[in-house]
Amino acid sequence: MSNRRVVVTGQGVISSLGLTADAHVTALREGKCGIGAIELIPTENLTIKIAAEAKAFKGEDYFGRSEIALRDRVTQMATVAAKEAIAQSGAVFDGALGERTATILGTSMGGQQTQDENYRLVYGEGKTRVHPFIVPRLMANAPVSWVSMDHGLKGPAYSISTACASSNHAIGQAFHLIRSGGADAAVTGGTESGLTWGVLKGWEGLRVMSKTACRPFSKTRDGMVQGEGAAILVLEELERAKERGADILGEIVGFGSSADAGDIVQPSLDGATRAMRAALSDGSVDPTKIAYVNAHGTATAMNDRTECAALRDVFGSHADSLSVSSTKSAHGHCIGAAGALEMVATLSALGGTVPPTIGYEEPDPDCDLNVVPNDAQTRDVPYAMSNSFAFGGLNAVVVVKRWDGN
Amino acid sequence: MSDTTLDAVRSIIAEQAMIDVAEVKPESTLSDLGVDSLGLVEIVFAIEEKFDVTVPFNANDPSASEFDISSVQAAVDGVEKLRAAQA
Repeated sequence: MSNRRVVVTGQGVISSLGLTADAHVTALREGKCGIGAIELIPTENLTIKIAAEAKAFKGEDYFGRSEIALRDRVTQMATVAAKEAIAQSGAVFDGALGERTATILGTSMGGQQTQDENYRLVYGEGKTRVHPFIVPRLMANAPVSWVSMDHGLKGPAYSISTACASSNHAIGQAFHLIRSGGADAAVTGGTESGLTWGVLKGWEGLRVMSKTACRPFSKTRDGMVQGEGAAILVLEELERAKERGADILGEIVGFGSSADAGDIVQPSLDGATRAMRAALSDGSVDPTKIAYVNAHGTATAMNDRTECAALRDVFGSHADSLSVSSTKSAHGHCIGAAGALEMVATLSALGGTVPPTIGYEEPDPDCDLNVVPNDAQTRDVPYAMSNSFAFGGLNAVVVVKRWDGN
Repeated sequence: MSDTTLDAVRSIIAEQAMIDVAEVKPESTLSDLGVDSLGLVEIVFAIEEKFDVTVPFNANDPSASEFDISSVQAAVDGVEKLRAAQA
């Protein structure tokens, strides 16, 4: 079992950049920005008035009334993206494979639209009763449960909540589960839809949000911008995928995670460094093989500085040969879905086009790497890495390899 | 009053069951109409909202609830009793 390999055979995306994985990747490569004025909720009492809303995503386009009654927007996005990913993979999960397929999704906040709206009704409007399905709608495991129910996935299934690292932890767990023989396939990734008045107020309070734009690694950066979306991947054990002639989008070769055990919000050089080293070591990947790093890159002063220093620690002189971009500049910080949306970007880079860090204005000596400013770069990418470093000091890093047919 | 209550309950049930209101007869049972256990809870909620009453309904064991919802007419009678108690 120890030599089992794990490949990606399907992906699906809902984001501010598009409603399919292809649309998401094309927009990233073209340097399009999904961040804009908040339109889905009233903003008169918010000081932060921008976000990466998936404005084109409307539940009614995909679900009937009785389905919407049970699916918060966070579940709607996850289940639509899962349908796309599974259709692309061509995998059929009936019978034995269904029982050997895991469902592991990251989500930080669960059904926030449901929670926000109903708190407003009971606290704000004094209502004394709420709709009967509030609990099944808002629970953080609702997205993973619906994905498993929609497709008959009967293996291990759970959701992971590690803030901004949730979906990298989920992808890493799914990868390890298949590699170790605990499952033969997995539907994994993450989903988040927390652009509610209450959640945005909370983020305002922390004072780490930009009022203008997300400009990772730029000297002029002034904070993060929230986003929403979902990205779902189908992972399969390599031999099984080959046997059925599946298109292979890339191989997952390494996963590493660590805890800073330091501060609840400040990132740590040591924690980030250990997670990256652990992922490289898990995949027995020589660091000089890595060509692209999809950075955590939140565009806070502290994260980007610390992450660049950690990259220099891990890669030494090879750091100057890396392309390092933060696609959060385009799709916003989608918290529990961030790692999964960024994994789709990372897999796309294996094709030879590295997505840019947009919104870049001015070099910062503390971030003096090739941060792929504003325009995509073409290069050979045999291996790539995707970083997620969460509030709470929980770090998760995934390393992928281009599929060259063997 | 009885006709009004009957009409309102029929239309609530028709909406939840996603059928035409004409199919909802006083003698129909909710399972006849294809209402599942979650649908039943939604109907109870909709009745509470419509008539501003609190329906003594326990989803653990609907048949043991004080509120009889075994048929459309039983539900209508139950609503009228609750409204009378409130008056």
